[in-house]
Order: sequence, then C-alpha cells, then structure tokens
Amino acid sequence: MNREQVLDLYFLDARHKLIELAAFLDRVEHAPGPADFRLVAFQKALDALRRGVGDRAREVLMAFSDPTTEPVPAAPGKGACGAWPGAGAVAG
Amino acid sequence: MRYLEPHAHMVSRVTDDYQDMVTAGCMAVCEPAFWAGYDRSSVAGFHDYFCQLTDYEPRRAAKFGLPHYCWLCLNPKESEDVVFAQEVLAILPGFLGRPNVLGIGEIGLNKNSRNELKVLEQHVDLAARHQQLILVHTPHLEDKHKGTRLTLDVLRADSRIRPERVIIDHVEEHTVQMVLDAGFWAGMTLYPETKCTPARAIDILDRYGPERLWLNSACDWGVSVPLIVPRTGLEMRRRGHRPEAVDRVLYQNPVEFLSQCPKFKLS
Repeated sequence: MNREQVLDLYFLDARHKLIELAAFLDRVEHAPGPADFRLVAFQKALDALRRGVGDRAREVLMAFSDPTTEPVPAAPGKGACGAWPGAGAVAG
Repeated sequence: MRYLEPHAHMVSRVTDDYQDMVTAGCMAVCEPAFWAGYDRSSVAGFHDYFCQLTDYEPRRAAKFGLPHYCWLCLNPKESEDVVFAQEVLAILPGFLGRPNVLGIGEIGLNKNSRNELKVLEQHVDLAARHQQLILVHTPHLEDKHKGTRLTLDVLRADSRIRPERVIIDHVEEHTVQMVLDAGFWAGMTLYPETKCTPARAIDILDRYGPERLWLNSACDWGVSVPLIVPRTGLEMRRRGHRPEAVDRVLYQNPVEFLSQCPKFKLS
C-alpha cells in the first residue's frame, strides 16, 4: 500500500483514537485528587510518540515497560496494570 | 478461508463459538492449559482439568467436526508455590501420551519472580526429557519485555532445547525481534484491548516477513474474539496481501510448527 492507501484505510480510525486520547487526558486533568505512576508513564510514552521515527509502537511499549533485568523476589500479585510502578513499588 | 486457531481456551467458550469458527474455515483448534481465573486448590483439580482438555473438550469439538488438540502444564499464574507446582508436574507425564496432547504449554512467566523462573525451568526440563514441543506464554503489559528476555535466557541455557520446537507467544513490537533472532517461533495474539490488534500484527508481518510467525486469538473468559484470526486474514487482503500470503500465515505456518508433533494430523 502507498501512503494515501494507508490513510484511506486507517486515518479515520486513528483520528478517532487520537480524540479519545485527548479526551482521556482532559478527563484525568479535570478529576480531583493526585495521579500516580501510570500518568507519569503515559506522559513518557507520549514523549516517545512525538520523538519516535518509524519505531513509535516499540518506543511507546518500552516507555511502559519494566526496565530492570533481575527477577523479583516474589510475585506481588497476578495482574499487570500497564505501567511499571518503579523500583521498590508494588503493583498488583 | 482456511485457518488454524493455534491458541484458544475453548473450555471457557460456548458452543456457538465452535460453530462460528468451523463456518469461518477453522481446520483445527489447539488449547493450552491456563489459569482458571482462580487458583486451583489441589493436585486433583489439575488432574480433572487435564482430563477435561484431553477427553471431554475434544469430544465437544468433534461434534462440530473440529479437531481439538491441547498443551498441558501448570500456568505461570500458579507458579509461585513451588512445592505445589512440583506436585502438579509429577502427574503431567501420565497425560503426555494422550492422543491430542501436542506438548508442554503455555508455560512461562507472569510477574517475573524467582519462583516462577524455577517452575519454568522445571517445565522446560520436563519437555526436554519427554521430547515435547513447547508453547511459552510471555507476561502481560509492563512485564512483557523483561519476562521475554528472562524466558529466552532459560531456554537458551538448556542445550537440549531446539528453538525450532518452541513457540513464544504474545509477542509485540518490542519483543518480536529478540524472539525471532534467537531462532524461536513467535505467536501474535490478537486482542481488542491488549496485546496486538490485527493492524499491528500485519505491520509486524510486513516488517519481519512471515517466517516463523503465527496468529492466534487466545480467546478465553476475558474480552477476546474467537474469530479474530480469520478477520485478520480479511484485513490482510484489504491491505493487498495475496491469498497465498494469507494462507501461509493463517494455515501453513501453524501446520508446519505443529506437525513436528507426530500426533498432529489434519484429515
């Protein structure tokens, strides 16, 4: 597919997702109370999105990923929340 | 469009799903052992589950003309209790000779803990001793990249393991290259909210080529779509992939990998 064909196929879907993303950030901003590490990771991912060239999906995924290399002493639970809480933090 | 569903948890799906899959062209379904959504409280619970996967579920699938295969293990979500895991592993060899068992899976890591790693090593050892294929689950979301690296370390440390007999599942853009570079097969799981979407999976196919890659729905009791593999085939066609290219990824590739198990036969 050439660029125009890619746009034909995916532009409206991507536009929709971008507006959803903007609305999500507005929603978080207008909500009372403190945010947590997930919003920090989200901003980091947005920076990666703006910075990236040709490898944006990978860069965004890495922005949310645990960068450490050693196994943790014990599983803190079963679930994943989508963002690494940072060394020493526990996310269920 | 013919296709294989190489990863689906059919015990948690309804019979309509079997009908829809067969209608859409599914030629066989493969079901890895997984977490029930709660921890099983005894080895007997696993015994019953393995009986379900090797006896009842193939008969249910057969009612719709669909061959059903399975993979057996203790899922990484239940690996934290090493003693209990060893008790479950002790009953596994008794099931490996059953006619629809393809190998050991889906093993792997969940939260990348030391105990999960120990149990992963024990599963790998079991597979090597019994010459079994291996299906590996990689962790979710923020744990995936680290967990994939740790898993590759375990597999590469065991000289008995041949990479071409191992598929590492749930790869995404940040893990696919390390898996393929190490010589393993890679599975892309198509989920509506996490893992890959059809569009991203096709991007990965366009970037890396179809060699040693397959697609699956991993449909279970969560938000998942049993027909997403053939739907991705349709999206490949919309993006200009020829029918032969779609057939290779949706049918020929899984058949090539799974045929390494002599029990895997398609009529």
